[in-house]
Amino acid sequence: MTYFADVAALARKDILLELRSRDTLPAMLLFVLSALVVFHFSLPSDASETASTGLLWIALLFTALLGLARAFAAERDQRVLDGLVLAPCDRSAIWLAKSLGVLAFLGLAEAVALPAYALFFQPVGWELVAAIVLADLGLAAVGTLLAAMAAASRARELLLPLLFLPLVIPVVVGGVGATVVDDPGRYLGFLALYDAIFAILSWASFEYVVAE
Amino acid sequence: MSLRNNRAVLLAAAASVLLVAGLALALFWAPEDADQGFSQRIFYIHVPVALTAYACFAWGAWKALRLLWTREPHYDLESYTAVHMGVIFGVLTLVTGSVWAKISWGVWWTWSERQLTLFLVLFLFYCAYFMLRFSVEQGPRRANLSAVYALFGVALIPVSFLAIRLGERFIHPVVFRRDGPALSGSMLFVFCVCLAAMLALFASLYTNELTGKRLDARLRELREALE
Amino acid sequence: MTTSEKYVTGAYLVVLAVILAYVVLYTLKLARLEREVAELTELARRRQAA
Repeated sequence: MTYFADVAALARKDILLELRSRDTLPAMLLFVLSALVVFHFSLPSDASETASTGLLWIALLFTALLGLARAFAAERDQRVLDGLVLAPCDRSAIWLAKSLGVLAFLGLAEAVALPAYALFFQPVGWELVAAIVLADLGLAAVGTLLAAMAAASRARELLLPLLFLPLVIPVVVGGVGATVVDDPGRYLGFLALYDAIFAILSWASFEYVVAE
Repeated sequence: MSLRNNRAVLLAAAASVLLVAGLALALFWAPEDADQGFSQRIFYIHVPVALTAYACFAWGAWKALRLLWTREPHYDLESYTAVHMGVIFGVLTLVTGSVWAKISWGVWWTWSERQLTLFLVLFLFYCAYFMLRFSVEQGPRRANLSAVYALFGVALIPVSFLAIRLGERFIHPVVFRRDGPALSGSMLFVFCVCLAAMLALFASLYTNELTGKRLDARLRELREALE
Repeated sequence: MTTSEKYVTGAYLVVLAVILAYVVLYTLKLARLEREVAELTELARRRQAA
């Protein structure tokens, strides 16, 4: 199964690079913590619990954006992307490997963010964790493809949020819904549907995004 | 070439006839609605424009798919033009929808109107389409990126709609509700004429836009060949 | 006319205005294209003469 071997090799490369340079992950961690603190100051005292849930999801979205902005930065700076594309592996393997990397970083950031959120605001239930796991899959899938698009453009960091935010509105709805509503099943199911649709779409169309 | 020209003229004529007929029917002939009175007539312009916008995005996505499939470069221009028209019709949808909200409930915007919210999300999405196109050099790369993005757009339409429906439970108390209009036969007829008119308008404007853009490209080539 | 009737008429007029704006923009584009063709024809003629 050379496909998965390729994916594993590429993903390992990204994670090793990050472990050595240590620039993206600490930034994401610090960002999400700072955001949570800012939220405390921005919420009036009679704000509901639902409001703070919403803000958590916003913090996660922007933390994901931060990580995604760096996802192809290394390749673009060193002009390695063309080399990767020429490599004898399925282009979509690049997408899968990158997504797994983004997923890993996002998961690590959330492993810090959720305890902090529980500390600062309100306890975290299983629905929130389940929703976050499902949401992460969609965010990583779609975000990786859009990051590749943005990397090909002149505007880069400016373009990625513009492309990203409209597409992830459904994720926010699913995530917040699953957290605040009494029967989260429908919202979790919706998140799974989003993940399936957009993961398949991203996987299938990635080669057109990096091709010349 | 003359065949293409004939079709353009025919489309323009059809669009004009249908549009005049549709608007006249909508304003004068259609029966007055029992509850809402004269203001209900905005339905004949708002819903056809909205449906036409969807048609534009679907057409753009179809052309995008053809581009990725066959790699023939002319599909890029066709896809772009369709998305461009879709955004124009989308803005019109938002404007007419806003007016309808003002008439029905006295507010210029309401989140409980699902179509309106969906169009806002789509408007943001397709505006980003233009940002994407403007920040990439012209060529097969830009064509591919635009095509993939257009395809994501049509996937987003049903997903967003579902999200908005799901979101209503916790985002906003649904204050304003509009029951689906019980369309009588003559109302349905007027609606169909207006819908056909808007679609014909799209087809006609689309054909003209494409011709204009193709001319632009040809002239640029000519200029480069001569200079 | 009641207020809502004014708004409905306004909406119809907005659609009409957009269509007419399109016509105007298109006329301008055609004029520009005509100018360019004239320029390029001149260029071609000069080339041919030279």
